Amino acid sequence: MELLANLFQMMLDTSIDVLPIVSILFGFQFFVIRQPIPNLKRVVVGFVYVLVGLSLFLLGLEQALFPLGRLMADQLTNPAFIYGDGNAIPTVINWADYYWVYLFAFAIGFSTTIAEPSLIAVAIKANEVSGGAIGVWGLRRAVALGVAVGITLGSYRIVTGLPIHYFIISGYIVVVVQTFFAPKMIVPLAYDSGGVTTSTVTVPLVAALGLGLAETVPGRNVLIDGFGLIAFASLFPIMSVMAYAQLSELVAKRANKI
Amino acid sequence: MQHALFALFKSMLGSLRDLLPIIIVIGFFQAVVLQQPIPGFTSIVIGTLFIILGLTFFIYGLEMGLFPIGESMANAFARKGSVVWLLVFSFCLGFGTTVAEPALIAVAQEASEIAAVGGMIKNNPQAMENYADGLRFTVAFSVGLAIVIGVLRILKGWSIQYMIMGGYILVVLMTIIAPKEIIGIAYDSGGVTTSTITVPLVTALGVGLASSIKGRNPMTDGFGLIAFASLTPMIFVMAYGMII
Repeated sequence: MELLANLFQMMLDTSIDVLPIVSILFGFQFFVIRQPIPNLKRVVVGFVYVLVGLSLFLLGLEQALFPLGRLMADQLTNPAFIYGDGNAIPTVINWADYYWVYLFAFAIGFSTTIAEPSLIAVAIKANEVSGGAIGVWGLRRAVALGVAVGITLGSYRIVTGLPIHYFIISGYIVVVVQTFFAPKMIVPLAYDSGGVTTSTVTVPLVAALGLGLAETVPGRNVLIDGFGLIAFASLFPIMSVMAYAQLSELVAKRANKI
Repeated sequence: MQHALFALFKSMLGSLRDLLPIIIVIGFFQAVVLQQPIPGFTSIVIGTLFIILGLTFFIYGLEMGLFPIGESMANAFARKGSVVWLLVFSFCLGFGTTVAEPALIAVAQEASEIAAVGGMIKNNPQAMENYADGLRFTVAFSVGLAIVIGVLRILKGWSIQYMIMGGYILVVLMTIIAPKEIIGIAYDSGGVTTSTITVPLVTALGVGLASSIKGRNPMTDGFGLIAFASLTPMIFVMAYGMII
């Protein structure tokens, strides 16, 4: 019963979030374009599906994944877990002591990105537009790998306390250099994939990890060091998607030679 | 009927496959690394079923509703030939979908706490709320502007690399002069603005425009709108941090 009430509440919340978008779409359709929408009934049913789907999805995340994910982020970053119960926390921390955290960061970055609905949407579109040249799963794996590496590096940064902009600016340089060598057709999609990866599933879990780390690592400030993981997660997929295209091109060239 | 049920079952299996990595990761860390029992097992199973069902519905709705309307509107605007209305629409779409984004509201609140602790604003609820609202509107405005720039790029056929690089240079320059406290949030704000409903719509708009304008390639010109939308918020949030 409580579950039904929760579901109803979630649908209400989602509807309120979607309302501005729907009113903009229909407002422009009726007052500016002034043409009937083709297959109006189908589109409306589609919107209802999106609404119901997103509500169920968010409710399920709240119910199952987020509490567990947050709890785990808390436990893994807890000094009692890292240094063993009862042992004193060293004043000078060694970044390598946090190996489970890095492994968790990598795994959770990869797996949440695979389940990210907006990335699925972009991958479907890219597959359709490229006439199948870009595989749905290939793109999603490439992006997920980028997010995984990004979040791992971001956790390392929080543990060591190095300034974030060094990482981000070096990342930009790599992206710029890669842009000149990557196949032309992938570049806009690669740039896009930076933004789409971080949404419903990834952000809450990753944020929990970042805040947990910044809270427990000695000498870190939650307010300053707790942020920035999302930035890593949206920069590295750009590189991994371009690298994926470069590798595919290389493989195709090799195959042609033989 | 049976056919439809079978199709539904098949796509639910697909959604289960999307979710499987998370289940494995959480299960592994819980059982092997942390060695703790999983609390509330039944509610987790029910929740997981909800996620699978939700993802399935979402993808159905995506192909039935979000993609077609994004593309049909892009086509209609291209045929109408009114650039001004197209740009107004682009701005509204970017601004309207961002301003109510829950993730952004959360980040703006956290940012106001940082600002209050850091002494950039007065440490009282009123000042913090003003700061958070200002930040939210700044980001929404910057996303609206980003979609406008991105759509103009598609119309004119400008090459995306140089525009994004220009954006990077701006971000780097702003980083040097912006207050240190705001940098982390500014960098994050680029990622959180694009929501699950905005992304398919904006992608369909870009691809639809590029396919209905002569001489544009949907692959090289259609994508890239999201890229602008995750770059401009960084610049504008740092600017906001400097002005306030």
